[in-house]
Amino acid sequence: MNQSKLKRSDIIFGKYTPTDYNVLEKTVKRPPEEIISDIIKSGIRGRGGAGFPTGLKWKYAATLKSDEKYVVCNADEGEPGTFKDREILLRVPRKIFSGMAICGYVIGAKKGFLYLRGEYAFMLPQLYKDLEILDAKLKELALDFSIEIRLGSGAYVCGEETALFESMEGYRGEPRNKPPYPVVAGFRNKPTVINNVETIVTAQTICKIGPEDYANLGTTDSRGSKLFSVSGDTPIPGVYELELGMTLADFVEEYGDGDTKAVQVGGASGFCVPRKKFAETIIGFEGIPTGGSMMLFNNKRSMYHVLQNFLEFFCEESCGQCTPCRIGTQQLRDGLKAIKDKVKDEDYLETLLGLTETMKLSAKCGLGQSVANAFKSIVENFTEEMVY
Amino acid sequence: MSETIELIDKYVVKYGRTREALMPLLQAIVEEKNYLTRDDMAEIATRLNISAADVYGTASFYAFLDLEKRGKYVIRVCKSIIAEMKGKKEITKTLENVLKIKVGETTADGMFTLLETNDIGWSDKEPSMLINHTPYTDLTPDKVIQIITEYRNRH
Repeated sequence: MNQSKLKRSDIIFGKYTPTDYNVLEKTVKRPPEEIISDIIKSGIRGRGGAGFPTGLKWKYAATLKSDEKYVVCNADEGEPGTFKDREILLRVPRKIFSGMAICGYVIGAKKGFLYLRGEYAFMLPQLYKDLEILDAKLKELALDFSIEIRLGSGAYVCGEETALFESMEGYRGEPRNKPPYPVVAGFRNKPTVINNVETIVTAQTICKIGPEDYANLGTTDSRGSKLFSVSGDTPIPGVYELELGMTLADFVEEYGDGDTKAVQVGGASGFCVPRKKFAETIIGFEGIPTGGSMMLFNNKRSMYHVLQNFLEFFCEESCGQCTPCRIGTQQLRDGLKAIKDKVKDEDYLETLLGLTETMKLSAKCGLGQSVANAFKSIVENFTEEMVY
Repeated sequence: MSETIELIDKYVVKYGRTREALMPLLQAIVEEKNYLTRDDMAEIATRLNISAADVYGTASFYAFLDLEKRGKYVIRVCKSIIAEMKGKKEITKTLENVLKIKVGETTADGMFTLLETNDIGWSDKEPSMLINHTPYTDLTPDKVIQIITEYRNRH
């Protein structure tokens, strides 16, 4: 086997014992400002996909005055092809709880919530056991913080942070208008830090290894390493931790089956990259940022079929609140089929592409806005497959 | 009916009478009887002092809060693109043959309901399915038959 061009990392899973709360213990003895400064210095940006600088989020929440503040861990991993949070939840839950408690200490929150997708309800018994260990530790440290688990019920859109709050508050998971942002008015309209599972675990790891070591990983624009969920036409599907800033060509050399035609980076809401662009495509904030879903497709696959699967997914998961998304997703699905069935001619693709632009501009949340990503990148790179 | 009322009352005590209690309440009822009836939702509404339409509006939003009669075991086959590439169609067909129902239906004995669902988080081990909360991965037709047999033998 050739020397891999990818830089592997192992800061998420590493050595692990469920009862080892050393990092939490040491960290909560430091002044919150110092911890915030470390998180900022590390350069870490949100791992769910949007990429907001984590340190700034924490800093802002810490400065706000409020009788109540909350830490919410977003474990509503629903993006097609993503399963990295599943592995974190199964293998290193203590690191999640530590990270949440550290965040609570830093911003002055006494209450944390783990919003777990309904599909992962099978994890509950073990998570509750781990929470008991945490509770004992918090008591020992005299830290006024507790974590509650709230369960989702099979709605992709609830991964959108404000929809998640609506769900936690007992409503339909319909996204709110932003601003106000969660950090100002989140859960119960109180200042809330909401972070992806991987972000929280990484933040606690930064508290352990220090911001310098962390910032040495990755590139200037994309600090650190990241978990990737690798699936599809690959001989070795699974979760891999890699430094950011790699080219897609190097990635495919490692994970492809030798016949890779395209990679869908970032799931159904992400971008499709065809083989001819592998070499120039960088995975990271300077290229294509991603929550970590990497789906490989080989030459046997129909990209029309891939796109229709995504569009069907969006039609079902659109919350229905805003028209561009509710109607747009259906029109894209039906329109693409009409072209394939020769009911509409090829020019109609232009109309559909125009519709995705409209959705990008006018949909209320990331779900509707991002449908354009997959649609445009698949249609433009594989036009013949859409038409013939 | 009175059994369900007892159930609702039990969980109202546990989760409280606030709007925030609604999701855990609905989830707990579905956990025990696999679906919600209109009467259940009306009862919950009365206890939380919100309209029945509000309860229905919330419940109907969530795919896992079933509002139609479901079997004791609800099977949800993952239909993501990766699942399709790895042979989901064959898995669904096998289930339809073994259970003698179509997707969306419930067996006459009220044991199984067969559904399809969006990505359940096992793209590295497709095809996959959930039976109630339990995930089953790397499925083959033979494996599916074996799993269903095991569930049947439990009774």
